[in-house]
Amino acid sequence: MSSFWSAWVIVLTLGLLVAIIVLLRWNMKNYTDVAEGEEMGHEFDGIVEINNPLPKWWTYLFWICIVWGFVYLALYPGLGNFQGLLGWKSSNQDVRSLAESRAAEKRAEEEGLIVEYDRQMRAAEAEYGPIFAAYAARSIEDLAADPEAVAVGQRLFLQNCSQCHGSNAMGGPGFPNLTDDDWLHGGSPAKIKETIIGGRQGAMPAFGEQFTDQQITEVATYVLSLSGRKVDPELAAAGKTRFAVCSACHGVDGKGNQDIGSANLTDNIWLYGGSQAKVEETLRYGRNGVMPAWKDILGEDKVHVVAAYIYSLSNEQ
Amino acid sequence: MSNQHERVEKNVGWLSIFMIIAISIGGLVEITPLIFQSQTNEPIVGLKPYTALQLEGRDIYIREGCNNCHSQMIRPFRSETERYGHYSLAGEHVWEHPFLWGSKRTGPDLARVGGRYSDEWHHVHLHNPRDVVPQSNMPAFPWLAENTLDGELTAKKMEVFRGFGVPYTDEDIAGAKAAVTGKTEMEALIAYLQSLGTSLSEADKAMRESE
Repeated sequence: MSSFWSAWVIVLTLGLLVAIIVLLRWNMKNYTDVAEGEEMGHEFDGIVEINNPLPKWWTYLFWICIVWGFVYLALYPGLGNFQGLLGWKSSNQDVRSLAESRAAEKRAEEEGLIVEYDRQMRAAEAEYGPIFAAYAARSIEDLAADPEAVAVGQRLFLQNCSQCHGSNAMGGPGFPNLTDDDWLHGGSPAKIKETIIGGRQGAMPAFGEQFTDQQITEVATYVLSLSGRKVDPELAAAGKTRFAVCSACHGVDGKGNQDIGSANLTDNIWLYGGSQAKVEETLRYGRNGVMPAWKDILGEDKVHVVAAYIYSLSNEQ
Repeated sequence: MSNQHERVEKNVGWLSIFMIIAISIGGLVEITPLIFQSQTNEPIVGLKPYTALQLEGRDIYIREGCNNCHSQMIRPFRSETERYGHYSLAGEHVWEHPFLWGSKRTGPDLARVGGRYSDEWHHVHLHNPRDVVPQSNMPAFPWLAENTLDGELTAKKMEVFRGFGVPYTDEDIAGAKAAVTGKTEMEALIAYLQSLGTSLSEADKAMRESE
Protein backbone atom coordinates (compact mmCIF):
# COMPACT_ATOMS: atom_id res chain seq x y z
CA MET A 1 0.00 0.00 0.00
CA SER A 2 1.39 3.42 -0.86
CA SER A 3 2.18 5.72 2.05
CA PHE A 4 -0.68 8.01 1.04
CA TRP A 5 -3.29 5.26 1.42
CA SER A 6 -1.59 3.94 4.51
CA ALA A 7 -1.85 7.42 6.06
CA TRP A 8 -5.44 7.69 4.82
CA VAL A 9 -6.41 4.52 6.66
CA ILE A 10 -4.50 5.44 9.83
CA VAL A 11 -5.85 8.98 10.05
CA LEU A 12 -9.45 7.97 9.41
CA THR A 13 -9.35 5.00 11.78
CA LEU A 14 -7.66 6.75 14.68
CA GLY A 15 -9.59 9.95 13.96
CA LEU A 16 -12.82 8.02 14.22
CA LEU A 17 -11.81 6.47 17.54
CA VAL A 18 -10.91 9.90 18.91
CA ALA A 19 -14.15 11.37 17.56
CA ILE A 20 -16.07 8.66 19.36
CA ILE A 21 -14.33 9.52 22.62
CA VAL A 22 -15.18 13.19 22.16
CA LEU A 23 -18.78 12.34 21.32
CA LEU A 24 -19.13 10.10 24.33
CA ARG A 25 -17.67 12.66 26.73
CA TRP A 26 -19.83 15.41 25.23
CA ASN A 27 -22.93 13.33 25.74
CA MET A 28 -22.06 12.56 29.35
CA LYS A 29 -22.29 16.21 30.38
CA ASN A 30 -25.54 17.82 31.33
CA TYR A 31 -26.19 20.68 28.93
CA THR A 32 -29.78 21.30 30.00
CA ASP A 33 -30.65 23.78 32.70
CA VAL A 34 -32.45 20.98 34.51
CA ALA A 35 -30.60 19.28 37.34
CA GLU A 36 -30.01 15.54 37.14
CA GLY A 37 -32.98 13.59 38.41
CA GLU A 38 -35.39 16.51 37.96
CA GLU A 39 -38.35 16.52 35.63
CA MET A 40 -37.78 17.86 32.09
CA GLY A 41 -41.09 19.61 32.07
CA HIS A 42 -43.37 17.52 29.95
CA GLU A 43 -45.91 15.14 31.19
CA PHE A 44 -48.48 13.01 29.44
CA ASP A 45 -51.11 10.99 31.16
CA GLY A 46 -49.09 10.96 34.33
CA ILE A 47 -45.89 9.87 32.58
CA VAL A 48 -43.01 12.33 32.99
CA GLU A 49 -39.58 12.65 31.39
CA ILE A 50 -36.80 12.83 33.93
CA ASN A 51 -33.33 14.21 33.09
CA ASN A 52 -31.31 11.07 33.77
CA PRO A 53 -27.65 10.62 32.78
CA LEU A 54 -26.53 7.86 30.39
CA PRO A 55 -26.66 4.50 32.18
CA LYS A 56 -23.32 3.67 33.84
CA TRP A 57 -23.13 0.10 32.52
CA TRP A 58 -23.68 1.41 28.98
CA THR A 59 -20.96 4.06 29.15
CA TYR A 60 -18.52 1.52 30.65
CA LEU A 61 -19.22 -0.87 27.79
CA PHE A 62 -18.54 1.99 25.41
CA TRP A 63 -15.21 2.75 27.06
CA ILE A 64 -14.24 -0.93 27.03
CA CYS A 65 -14.99 -1.13 23.29
CA ILE A 66 -12.85 1.93 22.62
CA VAL A 67 -9.92 0.52 24.61
CA TRP A 68 -10.37 -2.85 22.86
CA GLY A 69 -10.22 -1.01 19.52
CA PHE A 70 -6.84 0.51 20.37
CA VAL A 71 -5.47 -2.80 21.66
CA TYR A 72 -6.67 -4.64 18.55
CA LEU A 73 -5.10 -2.06 16.24
CA ALA A 74 -1.83 -2.37 18.13
CA LEU A 75 -1.71 -6.18 17.93
CA TYR A 76 -3.25 -6.97 14.52
CA PRO A 77 -2.86 -5.46 11.05
CA GLY A 78 -5.42 -2.69 10.76
CA LEU A 79 -3.56 0.59 10.54
CA GLY A 80 -2.39 0.88 6.95
CA ASN A 81 1.02 -0.67 6.43
CA PHE A 82 1.57 -1.33 10.15
CA GLN A 83 1.60 -5.12 10.52
CA GLY A 84 0.68 -5.23 14.20
CA LEU A 85 2.86 -6.21 17.16
CA LEU A 86 1.89 -9.90 16.91
CA GLY A 87 3.02 -10.19 13.28
CA TRP A 88 -0.21 -12.05 12.54
CA LYS A 89 -2.18 -12.23 9.29
CA SER A 90 -4.80 -14.58 7.91
CA SER A 91 -3.13 -15.45 4.60
CA ASN A 92 -0.70 -14.18 1.98
CA GLN A 93 -3.28 -12.47 -0.18
CA ASP A 94 -0.98 -10.03 -1.95
CA VAL A 95 0.59 -12.59 -4.32
CA ARG A 96 0.23 -12.84 -8.07
CA SER A 97 1.41 -16.37 -8.83
CA LEU A 98 1.92 -19.72 -7.14
CA ALA A 99 5.67 -19.03 -7.09
CA GLU A 100 5.06 -15.79 -5.20
CA SER A 101 2.68 -17.66 -2.91
CA ARG A 102 5.39 -20.20 -2.05
CA ALA A 103 7.97 -17.41 -1.61
CA ALA A 104 5.65 -15.45 0.70
CA GLU A 105 5.08 -18.57 2.78
CA LYS A 106 8.82 -19.14 3.11
CA ARG A 107 9.54 -15.49 3.90
CA ALA A 108 6.86 -15.41 6.60
CA GLU A 109 8.35 -18.51 8.18
CA GLU A 110 11.86 -17.04 8.18
CA GLU A 111 10.71 -13.72 9.62
CA GLY A 112 8.61 -15.43 12.26
CA LEU A 113 5.35 -13.89 11.03
CA ILE A 114 2.24 -15.84 11.90
CA VAL A 115 0.23 -16.58 8.77
CA GLU A 116 -2.89 -18.33 10.02
CA TYR A 117 -3.50 -20.32 6.83
CA ASP A 118 0.11 -21.53 6.59
CA ARG A 119 0.00 -22.48 10.25
CA GLN A 120 -3.14 -24.57 9.64
CA MET A 121 -1.49 -26.27 6.68
CA ARG A 122 1.70 -27.04 8.60
CA ALA A 123 -0.24 -28.44 11.54
CA ALA A 124 -2.16 -30.72 9.17
CA GLU A 125 1.05 -31.75 7.42
CA ALA A 126 2.63 -32.60 10.76
CA GLU A 127 -0.38 -34.70 11.70
CA TYR A 128 -1.25 -36.42 8.42
CA GLY A 129 1.98 -36.15 6.44
CA PRO A 130 3.69 -39.08 8.21
CA ILE A 131 0.60 -41.26 7.70
CA PHE A 132 0.62 -40.72 3.93
CA ALA A 133 4.41 -40.95 3.80
CA ALA A 134 4.20 -44.34 5.52
CA TYR A 135 1.54 -45.46 3.03
CA ALA A 136 3.64 -44.19 0.14
CA ALA A 137 6.52 -46.38 1.26
CA ARG A 138 4.39 -49.53 1.00
CA SER A 139 3.32 -51.24 -2.21
CA ILE A 140 -0.19 -50.77 -3.56
CA GLU A 141 -0.86 -54.54 -3.26
CA ASP A 142 0.13 -54.37 0.40
CA LEU A 143 -2.08 -51.33 1.06
CA ALA A 144 -5.03 -52.94 -0.70
CA ALA A 145 -4.98 -55.65 1.97
CA ASP A 146 -4.86 -53.12 4.82
CA PRO A 147 -8.44 -52.15 5.81
CA GLU A 148 -7.33 -48.84 7.28
CA ALA A 149 -5.48 -47.76 4.14
CA VAL A 150 -8.44 -48.86 2.01
CA ALA A 151 -10.79 -46.80 4.20
CA VAL A 152 -8.56 -43.73 3.77
CA GLY A 153 -8.43 -44.35 0.02
CA GLN A 154 -12.20 -44.70 -0.10
CA ARG A 155 -12.62 -41.36 1.67
CA LEU A 156 -10.43 -39.66 -0.92
CA PHE A 157 -12.28 -41.48 -3.69
CA LEU A 158 -15.69 -40.34 -2.42
CA GLN A 159 -14.50 -36.77 -2.20
CA ASN A 160 -12.77 -36.56 -5.57
CA CYS A 161 -13.69 -39.44 -7.88
CA SER A 162 -17.28 -40.42 -7.08
CA GLN A 163 -18.74 -37.55 -9.13
CA CYS A 164 -17.92 -39.53 -12.27
CA HIS A 165 -17.29 -43.10 -11.15
CA GLY A 166 -20.14 -43.16 -8.61
CA SER A 167 -19.95 -43.55 -4.85
CA ASN A 168 -19.80 -47.35 -5.26
CA ALA A 169 -17.12 -46.98 -7.99
CA MET A 170 -19.37 -48.83 -10.44
CA GLY A 171 -19.34 -45.98 -12.96
CA GLY A 172 -22.11 -45.23 -15.40
CA PRO A 173 -22.57 -44.58 -19.13
CA GLY A 174 -19.27 -43.05 -20.26
CA PHE A 175 -17.57 -43.45 -16.89
CA PRO A 176 -15.82 -46.76 -16.32
CA ASN A 177 -16.80 -49.27 -13.68
CA LEU A 178 -13.75 -49.75 -11.46
CA THR A 179 -15.01 -52.82 -9.61
CA ASP A 180 -14.95 -55.30 -12.50
CA ASP A 181 -11.89 -56.84 -14.04
CA ASP A 182 -12.15 -54.99 -17.34
CA TRP A 183 -9.53 -52.30 -17.81
CA LEU A 184 -9.01 -49.90 -20.72
CA HIS A 185 -5.51 -48.90 -19.68
CA GLY A 186 -4.57 -51.80 -17.47
CA GLY A 187 -5.52 -52.86 -13.97
CA SER A 188 -2.10 -53.47 -12.48
CA PRO A 189 -1.27 -51.28 -9.46
CA ALA A 190 1.28 -49.32 -11.47
CA LYS A 191 -1.15 -48.73 -14.35
CA ILE A 192 -3.97 -47.63 -12.04
CA LYS A 193 -1.64 -45.14 -10.39
CA GLU A 194 -0.40 -43.92 -13.77
CA THR A 195 -3.99 -43.33 -14.87
CA ILE A 196 -4.83 -41.25 -11.80
CA ILE A 197 -1.58 -39.27 -11.84
CA GLY A 198 -1.58 -38.25 -15.48
CA GLY A 199 -5.17 -38.73 -16.58
CA ARG A 200 -6.24 -40.42 -19.80
CA GLN A 201 -7.67 -39.27 -23.09
CA GLY A 202 -9.89 -41.63 -25.05
CA ALA A 203 -9.57 -41.41 -28.82
CA MET A 204 -12.21 -43.40 -30.65
CA PRO A 205 -12.46 -41.62 -34.03
CA ALA A 206 -15.78 -40.86 -35.71
CA PHE A 207 -16.57 -42.97 -38.77
CA GLY A 208 -19.78 -41.18 -39.74
CA GLU A 209 -18.18 -39.59 -42.80
CA GLN A 210 -16.15 -42.60 -43.88
CA PHE A 211 -18.96 -45.17 -43.62
CA THR A 212 -22.48 -45.01 -44.99
CA ASP A 213 -25.38 -45.60 -42.60
CA GLN A 214 -25.71 -49.15 -43.95
CA GLN A 215 -22.00 -49.80 -43.39
CA ILE A 216 -22.21 -48.43 -39.85
CA THR A 217 -25.07 -50.85 -39.13
CA GLU A 218 -23.05 -53.73 -40.56
CA VAL A 219 -19.89 -52.98 -38.59
CA ALA A 220 -21.91 -52.44 -35.38
CA THR A 221 -23.61 -55.79 -35.94
CA TYR A 222 -20.26 -57.51 -36.38
CA VAL A 223 -18.90 -55.81 -33.23
CA LEU A 224 -21.90 -57.08 -31.26
CA SER A 225 -21.33 -60.60 -32.61
CA LEU A 226 -17.84 -60.57 -31.08
CA SER A 227 -19.25 -60.87 -27.58
CA GLY A 228 -21.52 -63.73 -28.57
CA ARG A 229 -24.64 -61.69 -29.22
CA LYS A 230 -27.24 -63.23 -31.53
CA VAL A 231 -27.15 -61.09 -34.66
CA ASP A 232 -28.10 -61.20 -38.32
CA PRO A 233 -25.22 -63.29 -39.75
CA GLU A 234 -25.36 -61.62 -43.17
CA LEU A 235 -24.99 -58.12 -41.71
CA ALA A 236 -22.22 -59.33 -39.44
CA ALA A 237 -20.35 -60.94 -42.32
CA ALA A 238 -20.60 -57.70 -44.29
CA GLY A 239 -19.35 -55.76 -41.26
CA LYS A 240 -16.43 -58.09 -40.80
CA THR A 241 -15.01 -57.07 -44.19
CA ARG A 242 -14.78 -53.51 -42.93
CA PHE A 243 -13.43 -54.37 -39.48
CA ALA A 244 -9.86 -54.09 -40.75
CA VAL A 245 -9.90 -50.35 -40.10
CA CYS A 246 -11.08 -51.03 -36.53
CA SER A 247 -8.49 -53.72 -35.93
CA ALA A 248 -5.71 -51.14 -36.13
CA CYS A 249 -6.59 -50.23 -32.56
CA HIS A 250 -8.90 -52.98 -31.31
CA GLY A 251 -6.81 -55.81 -32.73
CA VAL A 252 -7.79 -58.39 -35.33
CA ASP A 253 -9.63 -60.42 -32.70
CA GLY A 254 -11.28 -57.26 -31.23
CA LYS A 255 -9.73 -57.83 -27.82
CA GLY A 256 -8.38 -54.28 -27.60
CA ASN A 257 -5.00 -53.06 -26.48
CA GLN A 258 -4.39 -51.66 -23.01
CA ASP A 259 -1.24 -49.87 -24.13
CA ILE A 260 -3.27 -47.50 -26.27
CA GLY A 261 -6.48 -47.72 -24.25
CA SER A 262 -8.62 -49.36 -26.93
CA ALA A 263 -11.57 -51.28 -25.58
CA ASN A 264 -11.97 -55.04 -25.57
CA LEU A 265 -15.03 -55.61 -27.80
CA THR A 266 -15.46 -59.29 -26.97
CA ASP A 267 -16.32 -59.19 -23.26
CA ASN A 268 -19.85 -57.74 -23.47
CA ILE A 269 -18.88 -54.82 -21.21
CA TRP A 270 -19.89 -51.55 -22.83
CA LEU A 271 -18.72 -48.21 -21.55
CA TYR A 272 -21.14 -46.28 -23.77
CA GLY A 273 -23.93 -48.84 -23.95
CA GLY A 274 -24.17 -52.15 -25.78
CA SER A 275 -27.40 -51.73 -27.71
CA GLN A 276 -27.24 -51.73 -31.52
CA ALA A 277 -28.17 -48.02 -31.47
CA LYS A 278 -25.48 -47.12 -28.92
CA VAL A 279 -22.73 -49.02 -30.71
CA GLU A 280 -23.74 -47.32 -33.95
CA GLU A 281 -23.63 -43.97 -32.18
CA THR A 282 -20.13 -44.75 -30.96
CA LEU A 283 -19.05 -45.63 -34.47
CA ARG A 284 -20.70 -42.64 -36.10
CA TYR A 285 -19.57 -39.88 -33.74
CA GLY A 286 -16.57 -41.41 -32.00
CA ARG A 287 -15.88 -41.26 -28.26
CA ASN A 288 -13.40 -39.05 -26.47
CA GLY A 289 -13.67 -39.87 -22.81
CA VAL A 290 -11.40 -37.85 -20.56
CA MET A 291 -9.98 -38.88 -17.22
CA PRO A 292 -8.54 -35.70 -15.63
CA ALA A 293 -5.03 -35.72 -14.13
CA TRP A 294 -4.97 -35.67 -10.33
CA LYS A 295 -1.27 -35.24 -9.56
CA ASP A 296 -1.51 -31.51 -8.90
CA ILE A 297 -4.78 -31.70 -7.02
CA LEU A 298 -4.20 -34.69 -4.73
CA GLY A 299 -0.42 -35.06 -4.75
CA GLU A 300 1.39 -38.31 -5.39
CA ASP A 301 1.10 -39.75 -1.87
CA LYS A 302 -2.66 -39.49 -1.78
CA VAL A 303 -2.97 -40.85 -5.32
CA HIS A 304 -1.03 -43.88 -4.08
CA VAL A 305 -3.69 -44.58 -1.44
CA VAL A 306 -6.58 -43.98 -3.88
CA ALA A 307 -4.92 -46.43 -6.28
CA ALA A 308 -4.78 -48.99 -3.47
CA TYR A 309 -8.51 -48.55 -2.82
CA ILE A 310 -9.33 -48.99 -6.50
CA TYR A 311 -7.02 -51.97 -6.80
CA SER A 312 -8.73 -53.54 -3.78
CA LEU A 313 -12.14 -53.32 -5.48
CA SER A 314 -11.33 -55.76 -8.26
CA ASN A 315 -8.83 -57.85 -6.31
CA GLU A 316 -10.61 -58.53 -3.08
CA GLN A 317 -9.24 -62.03 -2.61
CA MET B 1 -26.40 26.94 27.59
CA SER B 2 -29.35 25.03 26.26
CA ASN B 3 -29.30 21.40 25.10
CA GLN B 4 -26.84 21.24 22.17
CA HIS B 5 -27.84 17.73 21.30
CA GLU B 6 -31.35 18.97 20.67
CA ARG B 7 -30.08 20.83 17.56
CA VAL B 8 -29.01 17.62 15.91
CA GLU B 9 -32.08 15.76 17.05
CA LYS B 10 -34.54 18.32 15.80
CA ASN B 11 -32.88 19.42 12.55
CA VAL B 12 -33.28 16.74 9.92
CA GLY B 13 -30.64 18.33 7.67
CA TRP B 14 -27.90 18.16 10.31
CA LEU B 15 -29.05 14.71 11.35
CA SER B 16 -28.69 13.45 7.76
CA ILE B 17 -25.25 15.00 7.34
CA PHE B 18 -23.91 13.46 10.53
CA MET B 19 -25.45 10.09 9.67
CA ILE B 20 -23.81 10.10 6.25
CA ILE B 21 -20.45 10.93 7.79
CA ALA B 22 -20.86 8.18 10.39
CA ILE B 23 -21.76 5.41 7.94
CA SER B 24 -19.26 6.39 5.25
CA ILE B 25 -16.14 6.05 7.42
CA GLY B 26 -16.12 2.25 7.12
CA GLY B 27 -16.33 2.42 3.33
CA LEU B 28 -13.72 5.15 3.10
CA VAL B 29 -11.28 3.07 5.14
CA GLU B 30 -12.01 -0.41 3.80
CA ILE B 31 -13.14 0.08 0.19
CA THR B 32 -11.63 3.29 -1.21
CA PRO B 33 -7.94 2.30 -0.82
CA LEU B 34 -8.64 -1.05 -2.57
CA ILE B 35 -9.65 0.80 -5.72
CA PHE B 36 -6.08 2.05 -6.00
CA GLN B 37 -4.11 -1.03 -4.90
CA SER B 38 -1.89 -2.97 -7.29
CA GLN B 39 -3.00 -6.32 -5.74
CA THR B 40 -6.57 -5.67 -6.74
CA ASN B 41 -5.90 -3.98 -10.08
CA GLU B 42 -3.12 -6.05 -11.62
CA PRO B 43 -3.92 -9.49 -13.02
CA ILE B 44 -2.02 -12.51 -11.75
CA VAL B 45 0.92 -13.70 -13.85
CA GLY B 46 -0.40 -15.45 -16.96
CA LEU B 47 -4.08 -14.61 -16.48
CA LYS B 48 -5.91 -15.40 -19.72
CA PRO B 49 -8.93 -13.42 -20.84
CA TYR B 50 -12.04 -15.44 -21.69
CA THR B 51 -12.27 -16.56 -25.30
CA ALA B 52 -15.35 -15.51 -27.26
CA LEU B 53 -17.05 -18.83 -26.51
CA GLN B 54 -16.13 -18.74 -22.81
CA LEU B 55 -17.41 -15.18 -22.58
CA GLU B 56 -20.77 -16.26 -24.01
CA GLY B 57 -20.75 -19.16 -21.55
CA ARG B 58 -20.22 -16.72 -18.74
CA ASP B 59 -23.33 -14.80 -19.79
CA ILE B 60 -25.30 -18.06 -19.75
CA TYR B 61 -23.92 -18.76 -16.27
CA ILE B 62 -25.30 -15.37 -15.23
CA ARG B 63 -28.60 -15.82 -17.08
CA GLU B 64 -29.30 -19.18 -15.47
CA GLY B 65 -28.41 -17.78 -12.05
CA CYS B 66 -25.65 -20.31 -11.35
CA ASN B 67 -24.06 -17.79 -9.00
CA ASN B 68 -27.10 -18.00 -6.74
CA CYS B 69 -26.03 -21.47 -5.61
CA HIS B 70 -22.35 -21.65 -6.56
CA SER B 71 -19.69 -19.33 -5.18
CA GLN B 72 -16.43 -18.61 -7.00
CA MET B 73 -14.31 -17.69 -4.03
CA ILE B 74 -12.07 -20.12 -2.20
CA ARG B 75 -11.32 -18.76 1.23
CA PRO B 76 -7.91 -19.25 2.85
CA PHE B 77 -8.90 -22.14 5.11
CA ARG B 78 -7.45 -25.61 4.88
CA SER B 79 -10.96 -27.07 4.88
CA GLU B 80 -11.59 -25.23 1.60
CA THR B 81 -8.23 -25.50 -0.11
CA GLU B 82 -8.05 -29.29 0.46
CA ARG B 83 -11.20 -29.62 -1.61
CA TYR B 84 -11.01 -26.79 -4.10
CA GLY B 85 -7.33 -25.89 -4.50
CA HIS B 86 -5.30 -22.74 -3.81
CA TYR B 87 -7.35 -19.96 -2.25
CA SER B 88 -8.64 -17.30 -4.64
CA LEU B 89 -6.41 -14.31 -5.35
CA ALA B 90 -7.62 -10.79 -6.03
CA GLY B 91 -5.54 -10.69 -9.22
CA GLU B 92 -7.57 -13.56 -10.70
CA HIS B 93 -10.69 -11.44 -10.76
CA VAL B 94 -9.50 -8.09 -12.10
CA TRP B 95 -11.15 -8.68 -15.48
CA GLU B 96 -14.46 -9.83 -14.05
CA HIS B 97 -17.28 -7.36 -14.65
CA PRO B 98 -19.30 -8.03 -12.64
CA PHE B 99 -17.45 -10.52 -10.44
CA LEU B 100 -19.32 -13.75 -9.74
CA TRP B 101 -17.98 -14.53 -6.28
CA GLY B 102 -21.47 -15.27 -4.99
CA SER B 103 -22.26 -15.60 -1.33
CA LYS B 104 -24.20 -18.85 -1.09
CA ARG B 105 -23.01 -22.41 -1.46
CA THR B 106 -25.94 -24.68 -2.04
CA GLY B 107 -23.63 -26.34 -4.55
CA PRO B 108 -19.86 -26.54 -4.38
CA ASP B 109 -17.51 -23.64 -5.09
CA LEU B 110 -16.59 -23.40 -8.76
CA ALA B 111 -13.61 -21.03 -8.62
CA ARG B 112 -11.25 -23.83 -9.77
CA VAL B 113 -13.63 -26.30 -11.38
CA GLY B 114 -11.79 -25.98 -14.73
CA GLY B 115 -10.20 -29.28 -15.79
CA ARG B 116 -11.56 -31.17 -12.82
CA TYR B 117 -14.18 -33.04 -14.85
CA SER B 118 -14.32 -33.95 -18.52
CA ASP B 119 -16.48 -32.01 -21.00
CA GLU B 120 -18.58 -35.15 -21.35
CA TRP B 121 -19.22 -35.21 -17.62
CA HIS B 122 -20.39 -31.59 -17.67
CA HIS B 123 -22.62 -32.43 -20.60
CA VAL B 124 -24.32 -35.30 -18.80
CA HIS B 125 -24.39 -33.38 -15.53
CA LEU B 126 -25.98 -30.22 -16.96
CA HIS B 127 -28.51 -32.31 -18.87
CA ASN B 128 -29.55 -34.06 -15.69
CA PRO B 129 -27.32 -33.87 -12.61
CA ARG B 130 -28.89 -37.03 -11.12
CA ASP B 131 -27.42 -39.11 -13.93
CA VAL B 132 -23.95 -38.77 -12.43
CA VAL B 133 -24.56 -37.57 -8.86
CA PRO B 134 -27.71 -39.34 -7.60
CA GLN B 135 -28.04 -37.24 -4.44
CA SER B 136 -27.70 -33.89 -6.26
CA ASN B 137 -30.46 -31.30 -5.91
CA MET B 138 -29.20 -29.11 -8.75
CA PRO B 139 -31.82 -28.31 -11.40
CA ALA B 140 -31.41 -29.80 -14.88
CA PHE B 141 -30.62 -27.50 -17.80
CA PRO B 142 -31.53 -29.59 -20.87
CA TRP B 143 -32.44 -26.60 -23.03
CA LEU B 144 -28.83 -25.46 -23.12
CA ALA B 145 -28.06 -28.25 -25.59
CA GLU B 146 -30.92 -27.15 -27.87
CA ASN B 147 -30.29 -23.39 -27.99
CA THR B 148 -27.61 -22.26 -30.41
CA LEU B 149 -25.70 -18.99 -30.30
CA ASP B 150 -25.87 -16.52 -33.16
CA GLY B 151 -22.87 -14.47 -32.00
CA GLU B 152 -24.52 -11.17 -32.94
CA LEU B 153 -23.40 -9.41 -29.78
CA THR B 154 -20.22 -11.31 -28.97
CA ALA B 155 -17.83 -8.83 -30.60
CA LYS B 156 -19.59 -5.94 -28.92
CA LYS B 157 -19.34 -7.59 -25.52
CA MET B 158 -15.62 -8.12 -26.05
CA GLU B 159 -15.21 -4.47 -26.99
CA VAL B 160 -16.96 -3.47 -23.78
CA PHE B 161 -14.64 -5.72 -21.80
CA ARG B 162 -11.66 -4.23 -23.63
CA GLY B 163 -12.88 -0.87 -22.36
CA PHE B 164 -12.56 -2.32 -18.84
CA GLY B 165 -8.91 -3.16 -19.54
CA VAL B 166 -9.19 -6.77 -20.72
CA PRO B 167 -6.43 -7.20 -23.34
CA TYR B 168 -8.49 -8.40 -26.30
CA THR B 169 -6.76 -7.91 -29.63
CA ASP B 170 -8.48 -6.68 -32.78
CA GLU B 171 -8.21 -10.22 -34.19
CA ASP B 172 -9.95 -11.64 -31.11
CA ILE B 173 -12.84 -9.27 -31.64
CA ALA B 174 -12.95 -9.72 -35.41
CA GLY B 175 -13.09 -13.51 -35.02
CA ALA B 176 -15.62 -13.49 -32.18
CA LYS B 177 -18.75 -14.05 -34.23
CA ALA B 178 -17.26 -16.93 -36.20
CA ALA B 179 -15.97 -18.52 -32.99
CA VAL B 180 -19.39 -18.82 -31.41
CA THR B 181 -21.91 -19.02 -34.26
CA GLY B 182 -23.67 -22.35 -34.33
CA LYS B 183 -22.28 -23.53 -30.99
CA THR B 184 -24.84 -24.57 -28.43
CA GLU B 185 -25.26 -22.75 -25.15
CA MET B 186 -24.18 -25.99 -23.50
CA GLU B 187 -20.84 -25.92 -25.32
CA ALA B 188 -20.32 -22.28 -24.36
CA LEU B 189 -21.13 -22.87 -20.69
CA ILE B 190 -18.85 -25.93 -20.54
CA ALA B 191 -16.03 -23.95 -22.20
CA TYR B 192 -16.50 -21.28 -19.53
CA LEU B 193 -16.57 -23.78 -16.66
CA GLN B 194 -13.46 -25.55 -17.96
CA SER B 195 -11.57 -22.23 -17.92
CA LEU B 196 -12.38 -21.34 -14.33
CA GLY B 197 -9.37 -20.90 -12.08
CA THR B 198 -6.94 -22.64 -14.42
CA SER B 199 -4.68 -19.66 -15.19
CA LEU B 200 -2.94 -19.82 -11.81
CA SER B 201 -1.70 -23.41 -12.11
CA GLU B 202 -1.12 -23.26 -15.88
CA ALA B 203 1.12 -20.20 -15.54
CA ASP B 204 3.01 -21.99 -12.78
CA LYS B 205 3.46 -25.09 -14.93
CA ALA B 206 4.66 -23.01 -17.89
CA MET B 207 7.11 -21.17 -15.65
CA ARG B 208 8.55 -24.38 -14.21
CA GLU B 209 8.95 -25.89 -17.66
CA SER B 210 10.79 -22.83 -18.94
CA GLU B 211 13.25 -22.97 -16.04
